[in-house]
Amino acid sequence: MSATPHVTEDVLGLQQDHAGGGARATQAKPKLCLQDLSLHYKAVAGERLLALDKINLQVSAGEFLCIVGPSGCGKSTLLYLIAGLHEPSSGKVLMDGKVVERTGTDRIMIFQEHGLFPWLTVEENVEFGMKMKGIKKAQRREQTHEYLKMVHLQKFQKSYIHQLSGGMRQRVAIARALATEPDVLLMDEPFAALDAQTRDLLHDELERIWAKTGRTIVFVTHNVREAVRLGDRVAVFTFRPGRVKREYKINLPRPRHLEDTAVAGTARDILNDLREEIDKSLQAEYEGGKQR
Amino acid sequence: MRRAARQFAFYALLVGVWALIARLHIWPPYIVPPPIDVYNALKDGFEDRSLLIAIGVSSRHMLLGYGISVILGMFLGICLAANQYLEQTVGGLLVSLQSMPSICWLPLAVLWFGLSENAILFVIIMGSTLSVTISMETGRKQMPKIYSMAGRNLGARKWKLFYHVLLPASMPYIITGLKQGWAFAWRSLFAGEMLSLSLGLGQRLNAGRDNNDMPQVIAVMILIVAIGYIVDGWLFRSVERRLQHKWGLLPST
Repeated sequence: MSATPHVTEDVLGLQQDHAGGGARATQAKPKLCLQDLSLHYKAVAGERLLALDKINLQVSAGEFLCIVGPSGCGKSTLLYLIAGLHEPSSGKVLMDGKVVERTGTDRIMIFQEHGLFPWLTVEENVEFGMKMKGIKKAQRREQTHEYLKMVHLQKFQKSYIHQLSGGMRQRVAIARALATEPDVLLMDEPFAALDAQTRDLLHDELERIWAKTGRTIVFVTHNVREAVRLGDRVAVFTFRPGRVKREYKINLPRPRHLEDTAVAGTARDILNDLREEIDKSLQAEYEGGKQR
Repeated sequence: MRRAARQFAFYALLVGVWALIARLHIWPPYIVPPPIDVYNALKDGFEDRSLLIAIGVSSRHMLLGYGISVILGMFLGICLAANQYLEQTVGGLLVSLQSMPSICWLPLAVLWFGLSENAILFVIIMGSTLSVTISMETGRKQMPKIYSMAGRNLGARKWKLFYHVLLPASMPYIITGLKQGWAFAWRSLFAGEMLSLSLGLGQRLNAGRDNNDMPQVIAVMILIVAIGYIVDGWLFRSVERRLQHKWGLLPST
């Protein structure tokens, strides 16, 4: 499948074909296909820093892929490449077999800092993508209400963003992303800044929404347990340059919970694998070599 | 309500002290006229319409000069923010020009345009364009990148991205710029009007001096302060408040 020697596939957990949730795909053609994707950064000193090194990954339609890695492994950058917000130095991203060249509403990002527009109300934020597409106002409103209902925020449609809590903001961001009807949701540590209870709740909501809408999700996190809690598959990234170290198929039954022993056990195994990379990143930080 | 009462008491006291000083005749009335003379000057000015005309003429200067400044300033600011080379060259020049008091443009304006309305407009434009430009540029540069990324991600490109994302995202800076631009324009206006024969408020002020008519001088000054306060304190502040309410910024009172 790939030229990188690091890629192997482990199968952990229970063997179960239909592990609950949306339209699980067993099609031959992947939704997303990353081929030898590399990215160089220009560091401050002028030398080029290799952020991503020949990433090869495939994501099937309807699949929930989680990417974990230490900070600085380029996992967020990968999402920007898929979204078309950054250009790769080499390699390519294929979506339904077509090369991604720029941004498109078939791939929507959800940012850690949510990126909602403070000058718009909740409702107007959710409508934004549809408005850009030129959808008529009446239809926009109708769909907006539907998605706000999905994230349980219909009462807050006229609120401004600063009036909402962190968890509510992320739910608006999810509704805004879904409203453009994307095939793929790209989630960049969306729940990292939230408190534990809110995060639990949003895990449940996300799993439910995913099951209902059947979207393909690529979810980046540094929290292994969160990855196991949510993902059909977890890809572990190495520390700089980012490579796919290993992929794990998670066949635990859904709905899952963060505190399930099976989730915790699987997470521990993956974490052991990741430990080495975290150590490397810490060492780089201690040596002051942490360039961005 | 309480605040209004306090303010009223303060101004009443101020006028009272002024009346008292005038009554003591320490200085002759043509140096310190009593408040009633100033009031009469205002009343006469409005009755014979000379002050109304002056306000009208000055307003027209402001609308024209400030309007051109805003359009020009925003356009320049957007160009500077978009182009690194322009920013490094023209940007530096604009910042240094900004340190020039607008009255210093006056001799040049008179030589170029004569003692005409155009000279006044020129001084206003030179005085206020740059602060609009600089705020616009700062706004476009300081705006968090995530807004433009989120906008592009949701399908906004080029003109749509500019109109629906970049422009509103830099609105707090733009409003600051417009407000500053207004303040500079207002100051420049009188620098220009004092010199020319334009029938504006500045000219009325100067006419007061020429006629040794202190009540008129003070009356015009009060008008200038009052109009400035109304526009700045009510118009701009209410726009600012609305924006701060939307964005959840703390109101700066």
